[in-house]
Amino acid sequence: MALASRTDRKPSLPRTFWRSTVGKKTVMAVSGLIMIAYLVAHVMGNLKVFFGPGEFNAYGHWLRTMGEPVLHYEWGLWITRVVLLTAVIAHGVSAYQLSRRDIRARPTAYVHKRRHASYATRTMRWGGVIVALFIVWHILDLTTLTVNPNAQAGHPYENVVATFSTWYGNVIYIVAMLAVGLHIRHGFWSAAQTLGVGNASRDRALKALANGLALVLTAGFVSVPVAVMTGVVS
Amino acid sequence: MKLTLRVWRQKNADAPGAMATYEVDGISEDMSFLEMLDTLNEELILRGEDPVAFDHDCREGICGACSLVINGDAHGPERTTSCQLHMRSFEDGDTIDVEPWRAAAFPVVRDLVVDRSAFDRIIQAGGYISAPTGSAPEAHATPVPKADADFAFEHAECIGCGACVAACPNGSAMLFTSAKVNHLNVLPQGAPERETRVLDMVRVMDEEGFGGCTLTGECATACPKGIPLPSIAAMNKEWLRANRKAPRRG
Ligand code: HEM
Ligand code: SF4
Ligand code: FES
Repeated sequence: MALASRTDRKPSLPRTFWRSTVGKKTVMAVSGLIMIAYLVAHVMGNLKVFFGPGEFNAYGHWLRTMGEPVLHYEWGLWITRVVLLTAVIAHGVSAYQLSRRDIRARPTAYVHKRRHASYATRTMRWGGVIVALFIVWHILDLTTLTVNPNAQAGHPYENVVATFSTWYGNVIYIVAMLAVGLHIRHGFWSAAQTLGVGNASRDRALKALANGLALVLTAGFVSVPVAVMTGVVS
Repeated sequence: MKLTLRVWRQKNADAPGAMATYEVDGISEDMSFLEMLDTLNEELILRGEDPVAFDHDCREGICGACSLVINGDAHGPERTTSCQLHMRSFEDGDTIDVEPWRAAAFPVVRDLVVDRSAFDRIIQAGGYISAPTGSAPEAHATPVPKADADFAFEHAECIGCGACVAACPNGSAMLFTSAKVNHLNVLPQGAPERETRVLDMVRVMDEEGFGGCTLTGECATACPKGIPLPSIAAMNKEWLRANRKAPRRG
């Protein structure tokens, strides 16, 4: 039969994935979920700021010793950083390439404009870019301390309070966290569809989970600058 | 009814196009949208002008030929095909914009007619089963669970009109392709090609220059046959499964 010939010479699995719109979307979904899992851990760490400098700074120190004695000092932290950097790059490059392709696939706009998809859906691209820029600022602020007003290594509590004692620190963080919330709202549900987990009967549950996750993460992150502004944390 | 129409006119694939304005009078609200265009065309012919070219065949909502973007909506304001849309959905004195499907993979041939043969090539890549043809098989020879039969029927409803592509901001053919893949992949008759079907159809879909899916959901809203958005997730699942299962050489 002449039918079965098309798939005889098949490229390798990573190649198939990277070439296919469905495969590249899978890369986005997996890297996005890795970042969301990280954000869940991150927000729990941030909330320790409400228990005072002692606990928060001790937590900051633990991040460097986690995994010991199996791992050397700071190895656990560096492994996390490498995984995250890989996820951000894979996610960003896929987003860029797929977006280019999507724009090329619809070169002519309709003359008659009409209503569009939800706000969270429409802001995935620009929201993602805002988040990417924020990640750079965030690292310069609280990791390398390059732009931090306090810049005291080993004293993350004091550095956080210093950041949120400036108006621009508050604006940058709050805007970015709203963008992250919107991104996760559409992103988490999308990832379920991309990975084939979504179906009609699960749709409501998945949407609720996505909204809940987005809300909890955004509220958790935003609570820190608000607490510093209102003097609850100082 | 008296209407103002703004219609996309384009001589051929290479010519530039533009919206042209026409007045039509004496439209009954029982007319279909295509009969309203017929009325316009009769007038244009009497005036010695070129009639507006548009695709149509069955005019019963089953062939998938008609393909008009009406006021920015693929197939217009109701969930049906352009041929089954009636003028009672509009008001006397309305201005109505009529445009062709817009997607890089669906080039305009003339006026409102686009070339949808990219869909045929997706079907050729795997939208078939390799059962021997001949006399009809005994109906009970291959039992199909009720849930699977319903799932297959739901997807078999796709008429290949392309409204999903026209409505998608990325010109993506994921809804169409998922309808075809899901229809055959769930049935025992489609099982021999279950893996190659989804891999080949998705690959040709990409090669034809359709965009990717961003789960905007515009496709499922526009689809006259109600192919649901989760069909895309179901196809993604098949695609991932096929990549795990299909034999791989070289
Ligand atoms: C580097 C900055 C980022 C850019 C440029 C970006 C861009 C995008 C774009 C364009 C999409 C596809 C939207 C769609 O399909 O409608 C997307 C999806 C997604 N993003 Fe991001 N994003 C970024 C950062 C993040 C972060 C920090 C997270 C985690 C909190 C995240 C999680 C997700 C998830 C889970 C998806 C769904 C993947 C899918 O559609 O299957 N993204 N992103
Ligand atoms: S999925 Fe719906 S809109 Fe798309 S081609 Fe099939 S019938 Fe038309
Ligand atoms: S002309 Fe056949 S579906 Fe409209």
